[in-house]
Amino acid sequence: MEVISIKGTDDTPSVTMDKDNGIFLIQGRSLPEDVTEFYGPILNWIGEYGEDPNSETVMTFKLEYFNTASSKVLLDVLLKFEELKDKTDVNIKWCYREDEEDIMEAGQEYEDIVELPFEYKECDEDWNEK
Amino acid sequence: MARIAANQDFLEFAYQLYHTMQANEINLVYEGVVTQEITKTFTAMTEKNMVKAEESNQVQRKVFNVMVECLQNISKHADPMTDDDDEERRGIVLVSHGEESYNVITGNVVKRSKREGLEKSLEHINSLDKEGLSALYKQQIKEGHISEKGGAGLGFIDIAKKSGNKIDYQFKDLTDDLCFFILITTISRN
Repeated sequence: MEVISIKGTDDTPSVTMDKDNGIFLIQGRSLPEDVTEFYGPILNWIGEYGEDPNSETVMTFKLEYFNTASSKVLLDVLLKFEELKDKTDVNIKWCYREDEEDIMEAGQEYEDIVELPFEYKECDEDWNEK
Repeated sequence: MARIAANQDFLEFAYQLYHTMQANEINLVYEGVVTQEITKTFTAMTEKNMVKAEESNQVQRKVFNVMVECLQNISKHADPMTDDDDEERRGIVLVSHGEESYNVITGNVVKRSKREGLEKSLEHINSLDKEGLSALYKQQIKEGHISEKGGAGLGFIDIAKKSGNKIDYQFKDLTDDLCFFILITTISRN
């Protein structure tokens, strides 16, 4: 299936959705002017992936900052994966940089809403796990 | 002669502005159209200043966060002074800092008919503690939708959550239909 590979900018994250290599990653900053335009194709991709998913899916978030409009669409991303949980073993890997408690707490709020297992990883400035 | 006098007034104004900014430790003042480009530029400028001032990562992130929400509020929700709804959204932006806190102050024109709704929502948010804000945020993110303007209805809740302080605000009547809405957010430095 087609691979999504988007390079990050100062207001949009880098995104990799690669079924064959099992890489599902959203990383960086997200404060686009039009969240629907940016995330629409990603949501569609997840829908298509659901037709024939891998046995295991680890969706990784390495977010530095996201605005409230993005937070709503990121919930949509999580809910899309939640829909697939009977077809693939979905795990959410929620990474946050040290001292970024607000980002960690945002992950916990998502965990309260969606029925998916979350794993939290504290990382250094360059997103290496500690 | 008139021109020289006008120039003199302008110089006086510029000097007063400089003096007031210095005295009140104001880092940024702007009046004009607020776009995504302006939002990115101002947040980047403020970030740079905070790095220079060796501000903690957490405070930097909170100020950045509040600025983005306040500026995107203007670019999405400010009402124009005229009936032309396509007119670009404008407002004022002021960022200052003192020993104990950063202040982000924004102001924009809104229809007087929106005032009651804004007051109600801000009063409700100000009445909540951290857990209450988190519960309201989760409720709104589940039930809300991205509006035509591209907002999620979460901005004020997020500003209150991230700043950890009550949101201060004021309305000043401009005309029979319009008022000026001022929003003051304080982010503690410790």
